[in-house]
Amino acid sequence: MIGFWTLFYKELLRFWKVGFQTVGAPVLTALLYLMIFGHVLDEHVQVHGVRYTSFLVPGLVMMQVLQNAFANSSSSLIQAKITGSIVFVLLPPIPYSAFFAAYVLAAMARGLMVGLGVLFATLWFTELRLVAPLWMLAFALLGGALFGALGMIAGLWSEKFDQLAGFQNFLIMPLTMLSGVFYSIYSLPAFWQRVSHYNPVFYMIDGFRYGFFGVSDVPPETSMAVVLACFSVVSLVTLTLLKRGWKLRT
Amino acid sequence: MAAAVSIVDVVKNFGSLKALDGVSLEIEEGEFFGLLGPNGAGKTTLISSLAGLSRPDSGTLKVLGYDVIKDFRMARSRLGVVPQELVFDPFFNVRETLKIQSGYFGIRKNDDWIDEILENLDLTSKADVNMRRLSGGMKRRVLVAQALVHKPPVIILDEPTAGVDVESRQGLWQFIQRLNQEGHTIVLTTHYLEEAESLCGRIALMKQGRIAALDTTANLMASLPGGRLEDVFVRTMRL
Repeated sequence: MIGFWTLFYKELLRFWKVGFQTVGAPVLTALLYLMIFGHVLDEHVQVHGVRYTSFLVPGLVMMQVLQNAFANSSSSLIQAKITGSIVFVLLPPIPYSAFFAAYVLAAMARGLMVGLGVLFATLWFTELRLVAPLWMLAFALLGGALFGALGMIAGLWSEKFDQLAGFQNFLIMPLTMLSGVFYSIYSLPAFWQRVSHYNPVFYMIDGFRYGFFGVSDVPPETSMAVVLACFSVVSLVTLTLLKRGWKLRT
Repeated sequence: MAAAVSIVDVVKNFGSLKALDGVSLEIEEGEFFGLLGPNGAGKTTLISSLAGLSRPDSGTLKVLGYDVIKDFRMARSRLGVVPQELVFDPFFNVRETLKIQSGYFGIRKNDDWIDEILENLDLTSKADVNMRRLSGGMKRRVLVAQALVHKPPVIILDEPTAGVDVESRQGLWQFIQRLNQEGHTIVLTTHYLEEAESLCGRIALMKQGRIAALDTTANLMASLPGGRLEDVFVRTMRL
């Protein structure tokens, strides 16, 4: 267990040492989204009976949780692979399950830290209710874990930084931006509503938002089932790749 | 008693390249063993296979009786490896690097031993300096320190003195010799043949993925008039 805790601690320390970039910058980005969209739309739009700015905040928080959880595990792995320092983790007797758990938990920690930062910062701009905090917490934790594991796959697969950037820009970014962060899917045409239901991030955002307002596009139980299923599949794939030493051991 | 290192008929191919072509070798506990050969002979592939960084196509490798694949946790906890490449984690200073490496091997409080390693490797004054700010020779010595944090009974040094200045090199060898006298098995690869000549009790010469010669250093040197390891090395590679 000491090996696991050390790897977890090392991963925490790694992002904390550059906290300005890993925590501060995403909080600022979310605030800019809120100021621009909130300023333009708050007077004109209500969603689920709440003002647009209030509706937007949970989506922004969850989007940053997911994107930063992904960024943490993926960037840590690709950096270690490219600099060769991954060898320090591969030489010791750390089981692949501990390797997985340490990276995913650290990714969740960064995601939640950024999410909390966004949440506290946005309290200056809008009032928030918290109707079902346990649902909110469950979606934040599981969403962070899922994207942390997904980041591990991206980090293992990528051999260059631009491959990882491709993964991030052409998969993660569209999935999160088109998931209902900025809108309710019922404001979309019927075709795009159907398409949105195939995006797992939609369920994470929708379930997380349910925790705040007690209303959502789909029941939170359904969303939780989808997120749990996705997490199970992605975790299984990641664990299998780690066990085989895919792109780690020749 | 199990050998410190046991390698039986190990084959490793990278596409059409035979990196290891049926290598067999036993290194007894407490030996100071030299693994020499030109670039591309298979030394690093063999070391990577022992360390679990590379998986052989066939054959078995054991560290103190533990199979490096089936009993990887036991094997790896008994092995310390200094990698050939000058790698480091730029986020941490020297002491943090060594504490983290100790933790990976399951050791929580290791400050006394870390201090001793730092002193012996002439790194005490650099303990709180970030890895990025060290010279190449200092980074190399930190790599040696990382391999020693868990006091492994078997220590593999893959070209540990490349880029290290003469004074630090002497300090490093004194420390490694002391560890050898205390019972640690040392496996050394180096291109400095005079180092192998003065330190190693036995030497294997590798060529094109095979063991081309294996004997005590004294016997190898006596096999040619003049008794220089360099001459033996050149002759073996030309055969």
